[in-house]
Amino acid sequence: MLCQVCKEHTATIHLTEISHGQRTEIHICEQCAQKQGIVVKNQVPLNELLSTLLSSQGQEESAAPGVAGALQDEVCPFCGMTLKKFSQKSLLGCPHDYEVFDQPLRALITRSQAGHTRHAGKVPSRAPRAMRNHMEVVRLRRRLDAAVQAEDYEVAAQIRDQLRKLQ
Amino acid sequence: MRPTELSDHVSQWFDGSGPGADIVISSRIRLARNLAGYEFCPCLTTARKSEVLQTLKDTLLALDLGQELFFVDLGAASALEQNLLVERHLISRQHARAAGPRGAVIARDESFTAMINEEDHLRIQVFQTGLQLAACWERINRIDDLIEQHVEYAFDPEYGYLTACPTNVGTGIRVSVMLHLPGLKMTGQIEKLFNTARDTDLAVRGLFGEGTEAVGDFFQLSNQVTLGPAEDQIVSNFTDMVVPKIVEYETLAREKLLKTQPDKLDDKIQRALALLRSARLISSQEALFLLSHVRMGVHLRRIEGVSVATLNELFMLTQPAHLQARQGKPLDPDHRDALRAQMIRSRLCPN
Repeated sequence: MLCQVCKEHTATIHLTEISHGQRTEIHICEQCAQKQGIVVKNQVPLNELLSTLLSSQGQEESAAPGVAGALQDEVCPFCGMTLKKFSQKSLLGCPHDYEVFDQPLRALITRSQAGHTRHAGKVPSRAPRAMRNHMEVVRLRRRLDAAVQAEDYEVAAQIRDQLRKLQ
Repeated sequence: MRPTELSDHVSQWFDGSGPGADIVISSRIRLARNLAGYEFCPCLTTARKSEVLQTLKDTLLALDLGQELFFVDLGAASALEQNLLVERHLISRQHARAAGPRGAVIARDESFTAMINEEDHLRIQVFQTGLQLAACWERINRIDDLIEQHVEYAFDPEYGYLTACPTNVGTGIRVSVMLHLPGLKMTGQIEKLFNTARDTDLAVRGLFGEGTEAVGDFFQLSNQVTLGPAEDQIVSNFTDMVVPKIVEYETLAREKLLKTQPDKLDDKIQRALALLRSARLISSQEALFLLSHVRMGVHLRRIEGVSVATLNELFMLTQPAHLQARQGKPLDPDHRDALRAQMIRSRLCPN
């Protein structure tokens, strides 16, 4: 296919635009795209991505009141990080943040890592036991909170015992 | 050893001796690591930053890498020393400008460097001249194993090595090659590089200069995805797929120029050389731009009597902090431009 603008080079950029229900397709070459200032956006900045994710969760708030609000107010008990602070600098405060902000980070990581969510590379030869314990504490604390909220005191007691063993 | 002692010679990774170094100047691999039990740098108190610095400094300096390692305390280093290390790609600009306890451990031949308390607690890097990524990975993997015998890294079974920014999580690896692509630039095909990069989730940056703009047709290509594929897969994607493709594009572009527009090509190369041989004041930007054309001219055998080694030396040693370090004092831009022009004339003029 030839470029629609110069009709000389092969069209390598194909754009589909939909406005007012009308679909238009543009096929142009690299040179003409450059001249027309068409830039194919590659990476969305992390903070932009996070704000979008948070605001879309905010829109769902009418259906499930308080969920996104609770997420935004969550504070990491280890480093004091919040999602708001993270969205400003795109940097986390401590390893536990990956657990504390699991849900929004998972969405963010999936998008910025080309759909991957699981590490399949090198593993340290020395077992990170202390690390695993810490993460388990965070996990159990969240389950404990949920159990208390659901007034499931039997489960809550079990989790509390598990936590005591770990700490 | 003081950083300023590096200012009189070119880094080993930039000496142009490696395989395919006319187009692929050098290979670099970086690993981002954090210590378990500590907050990441943005939330780390000064006292705890000092602890991390001390632990990692002691561990790294005790490593047996077959050559001398020296430590630079960036909190105590002068602005000139910091800039010199940035110009030699041994530390990042961000690391130089940051506040608080931080430092770098550098191998004397500059083939290995470690930044402590940059964005992550530890960022180790290995450099090689030409396209030698597999060798870089083998070496950095071994060094990482050695360090891990003494410290515990923050690691999660699902997410892998945990990093301050989620864009580095997983392997924490950044694989990059530095490319010289004047042919693609001159034939208006540099978009091909950007397209190849985009299709394979790679990022393109300029190699020299302040921002992302590529000065002198030098580009740095690096991976964006750090989670999912294993380290050796990321490396082989570069060495088997991406880099050969770009080298092919650049070679074709140079051949096309030689065949279809030899006068235009020679005019660019000879004008650049003439300017460099006569200028009395020259900015670092202009020097990079002109040296780039002459470098291509030498590789295409359109110029005789100028060696690539001399050009590589000029690329590195005419940078602002290098000029000032050699003089042993800060100089204003006019002074630097005069000194730069003089240095270039002395190396490029016959006799």
